[in-house]
Amino acid sequence: MSMKSNNIVIAGFGGQGILFAGRVLAHIGLISDREVSWLPSYGPEMRGGTANCCVCIDDKPIDCPLVTEPTTLIVMNAPSYDKFIDHVKSGGMAFIDSSLISKKSERNDIDCEYVPATQLATENDISGMANIILLGKLIGKTKLASLETVKEAFEQIIPKAKNHLIDDNMKAIKIGMEYKI
Amino acid sequence: MSNQSSPKKHLMKGNEAIAEAAIRSGCKCFFGYPITPQTEISAYMAKRMPKVGGVYLQAESEIAAINMVYGCAGSGVRCMTSSSSPGIALKAEGISYIAGSDLPCVIINVQRGGPGLGGIQPSQSDYWFMTRALGHGDFHALVFAPASVQEMVDTVCDAFDLADKYRMPAVILADGLLGQMMEPVHFPEDYDFNKNTEKPWAANGHGNKRKHNIINSLFLQPDVLEDENFKRFKRYEIVKKNETKAEIDIEEDTELLVVAYGSVARIAKAAVDMARKNGIKAGLFRPITLWPYPEKELQKAAEKVKKVLVVEMSMGQMVEDVRISLKSRIPIEFHGRTGGIVPTPAEVFEKLKEMDGDDNA
Amino acid sequence: MIMPSYTIPKALCDVPTHYCPGCTHGIIHKLIAEVIDEMGIEGETIGICPVGCSVMAYDYFACDMMEAAHGRAPAVATGIKRGNPDKFVFTYQGDGDLAAIGTAETVHAATRGENITVIFVNNATYGMTGGQMAPTTLPGQITQTTPYGRNTDIEGFPVKICEILSQIDGVALAQRVTVIDPNTIKTAKAAIRKGFEYQKNKQGFSLIEVLSTCPTNWGLSPVESLNWVKEKMIPYYPLGVFKEGAIR
Repeated sequence: MSMKSNNIVIAGFGGQGILFAGRVLAHIGLISDREVSWLPSYGPEMRGGTANCCVCIDDKPIDCPLVTEPTTLIVMNAPSYDKFIDHVKSGGMAFIDSSLISKKSERNDIDCEYVPATQLATENDISGMANIILLGKLIGKTKLASLETVKEAFEQIIPKAKNHLIDDNMKAIKIGMEYKI
Repeated sequence: MSNQSSPKKHLMKGNEAIAEAAIRSGCKCFFGYPITPQTEISAYMAKRMPKVGGVYLQAESEIAAINMVYGCAGSGVRCMTSSSSPGIALKAEGISYIAGSDLPCVIINVQRGGPGLGGIQPSQSDYWFMTRALGHGDFHALVFAPASVQEMVDTVCDAFDLADKYRMPAVILADGLLGQMMEPVHFPEDYDFNKNTEKPWAANGHGNKRKHNIINSLFLQPDVLEDENFKRFKRYEIVKKNETKAEIDIEEDTELLVVAYGSVARIAKAAVDMARKNGIKAGLFRPITLWPYPEKELQKAAEKVKKVLVVEMSMGQMVEDVRISLKSRIPIEFHGRTGGIVPTPAEVFEKLKEMDGDDNA
Repeated sequence: MIMPSYTIPKALCDVPTHYCPGCTHGIIHKLIAEVIDEMGIEGETIGICPVGCSVMAYDYFACDMMEAAHGRAPAVATGIKRGNPDKFVFTYQGDGDLAAIGTAETVHAATRGENITVIFVNNATYGMTGGQMAPTTLPGQITQTTPYGRNTDIEGFPVKICEILSQIDGVALAQRVTVIDPNTIKTAKAAIRKGFEYQKNKQGFSLIEVLSTCPTNWGLSPVESLNWVKEKMIPYYPLGVFKEGAIR
């Protein structure tokens, strides 16, 4: 697992599972016995506007839970892309849902991964899980956690009554991991 | 700010952690009214209280909620309420009665921007309100300023105990950022929440075994009221002597001391680290109690520094306590954001660079 | 035959009160204390005083007492009762306290069916502050703040609390009584007893409105005041049970 400071921003529309994807990451950090913080944007955007959240995973105590220079960006709509792409730390990564964002970054100091996540989700009959497909790509790329850890994270978050969703989420993770750009 | 290692850690929102910590601290009754950004406290209490034999009650207003707390506390039961800035303003009358009747309770203020209806984003603009004027009349409340979800838990436990010990209200002064964020927490398993719960003064039915107890803050004779206030302030002197708390991160050669509390202290910490990496001799002083203010601790921390920078999410409120503590012996500068804007480590670092540059010019 | 001598109820402290001569607060205090004695519940009862003439009633009742902020007695009672569900809790409130500044607390304690007993003393004026218009001041009634008489075009109409509360599901008892002669006093005591019994049986919120006198601020003698209740107040505020029934 990657042993550096991970300062992650996930951004998109309300309803795309932005906060949920963040929680999955935070739980992955917790299970891996690392320091974590999860900070949502809250307020009117919770009702379907833009949503974003900051997740920090680190080996030392986290000072500032507010991420202004993400090492990793997951972005799921054009306004969020415009807002955050230039703030990604040099040497960092961006995971971009290219089904919803047609722009391509001109930055060559960051690694941009264009994944048609929304389209992949629909094709694979797991629509609404584009967020997790992008997460899968991130995990595959960074080796942030093993598949077992990811599954454990889903088990911690998803209520027992909705247990069937764990398989769908793991399917989404694998689609993301295996997607070749 | 670190999370101590412990076998069982839960990933929880600050607001939820406050609620769980309160229940584990022996809080039996919660009275609240919905307001962003603290509503998770109510929601958590509504879910958990009935399962642990406690009471959750949604009041018709903030005013009713604090008066329910007054009644419940007066009957000797550990209880609390929570709200956010405009809601706390509505509670001011009740808090004054609670203080004037020497009752213990815990009040959570998850601050948002003001004045007026303001906004719902994080703020620290209730500092004066909490430490200076929580209601009419001469009184104080204990005010704790946690900076992490774990510290939310720890200060809630302390708040209940010290409120009982000194028979006064205790406030947890958080903000929207701390309330909404999730961090791993552990709950002390061996927490002894019964240590100060003997309450012979409570109005809970005399059982024909003693004279009637009266919970009251009305003293029409000026000399009697003055005496009550003198007695209360003598108690406050003991609180001031014994209960101040701060975290100090300075080095032998620290020249620039940043003073910040709550969530802003974490941003300041990141800025101090950036400064140190850039050769600026910066340090951090973080008050954990805002009343009583850790004046002596601050004086000691600032003994050798050249300048002080106070950072707040307000137009400058705690900065006055810093000035009072340091008696303006050294230059004190202020950097504040307001309206719900959270300062970034980079902008605090810029400010530190500027102050360091002035110094070396 | 030995006549019973006059006795002070055990639940009343043997101290002088501050009430004006001819005021009926004393009678109402005594009725509550007698009910507490008869039910043997002094040791398990907590009373709450309002802000108003009866602000210092905590010195007069021998049970545990709390002083509430103006209008907040039902909320304070709620806090006590929820923390101590097996204790008896009553509030003693005037018209300004209960029907003006504390309307929300009154109505919502009632809607919750809060298991408490409220004694509501209606004397159609703010007594303690010197006789200003109360929410229950009658149309045309002269007070310090309605020097030309209460003009309903300007000051609106009196609040009829029992009538309002009779519409609320959480109410077990809403009854209006008075204490102007032996018969009405007997009825008033029975109503107060009923309120406490409902509480004992955990049947919900009970309110007993007592039409009371204020000779000082009405500018009438004690006897004239009793007549004024009969001739002016009762026609506007009819006596009787407005709601009664087990809700649980």
